[in-house]
Amino acid sequence: MNERDRDRYSRQIRFSGIGLSGQQRLIGARVAIIGCGALGSFQAGALLRAGVRRLVLVDRDYVELNNLQRQWLYDEEDAECARPKAEAAARHLLRIDGESKAEPVVADLDPGNIGEILDGVDLVLDGTDNFETRYLINDFAVQRGIPWIYGGAVGSYGVAMLIVPGSTCCFACLYPQPPAGVQPTCETAGVVNVLTSSIASLQVNAALQLLCGRLCEACITTIDLWGGGMRQIRQPAARADCEVCGLRRFSRLEGRRRVPISLCGRNAVQIHSLSGPVDLLRLKKQLLPLGEVRANELALRFFVPPYEMTIFHDGRAIVKGTTDAGIARSLYAQYVGS
Amino acid sequence: MGLATTNKVTISVNGDSMEVPSGTTVATLLQLLHVEPEQIAVELDGNVAQRERWCDISIAPRATLEIVRFVGGG
Repeated sequence: MNERDRDRYSRQIRFSGIGLSGQQRLIGARVAIIGCGALGSFQAGALLRAGVRRLVLVDRDYVELNNLQRQWLYDEEDAECARPKAEAAARHLLRIDGESKAEPVVADLDPGNIGEILDGVDLVLDGTDNFETRYLINDFAVQRGIPWIYGGAVGSYGVAMLIVPGSTCCFACLYPQPPAGVQPTCETAGVVNVLTSSIASLQVNAALQLLCGRLCEACITTIDLWGGGMRQIRQPAARADCEVCGLRRFSRLEGRRRVPISLCGRNAVQIHSLSGPVDLLRLKKQLLPLGEVRANELALRFFVPPYEMTIFHDGRAIVKGTTDAGIARSLYAQYVGS
Repeated sequence: MGLATTNKVTISVNGDSMEVPSGTTVATLLQLLHVEPEQIAVELDGNVAQRERWCDISIAPRATLEIVRFVGGG
């Protein structure tokens, strides 16, 4: 380690939990962040400042004005240019540390690209906004024996959990299936800006300990910032009958549970079905404050310029205004949940 | 006589004390609380209860439960 880095990281090196050896491990680590929204952009800044210069930043979306309330790395210029989040994040990281080696990947993580994108990483941090990608990450992490750190946040409530294959339970041990139907999202239920940074901080804290070689207690931490405080439970043991880590069936990684998407007509994408029937009346109530909604008992149409989403009772949706499957998935995750 | 009395037990749920009828199972408690079962994990007295057993486990007096809801936003 050179003199400049000894100075830059001096406060961490002086902390006995990290020390010189821990700092060297942090500098040597390569970490992927999936989703560079509120959780991911905070994780990226915190990990880089801690010395993790080799970050793989994956995001399919671009910066919008309504992101600036909670997505710490970005600014108005990013929103005006509609800059892809992964690239905007990498640019800002370079200003924080000129030796940042962040690699932006503007893509929707899917079974076809996950192996290549995450090849050679030591750890994966979850900054996604949907369950489909989390189950995919869980499959990949368990198959390759790579730890990952789940985080989720909506409103004033969030959860964080470290998953170390072979040592802790996996995500599917606790939650075998993603929840069905309409889910609250940050778009529909809102989110407090310090909640996402709190959950991301918990994730980064677990990451730092893991990368420094400290065995942390396997627990699930929840925070409700507007009532309830911070709570912790011990993770259960891995289940022998867990489809993913017990039976080692990686159905999401193999694409068998992938939500099929197809182009339909000109400039429209169909998402065939997500997690089953959707309560259209409930969805209408959630979407009314956000834009024009027309609904009957069979279908709901929601206008989110320049796009138009039609969601059917069985969970199928047509997104008009794009031929990009990633944008269609993103809109579905934002407004319907997945 | 003739007045059925339901025995109540006091339990703790996420740090809040509450009274439930004696013999309440984990599954019944979740219904009482209007919690959607697939989105949560339940810890009972320090151990996560397997979801297949929620219907069978009666909650003992003074039991401590933690209900963890998992969320998708980020």
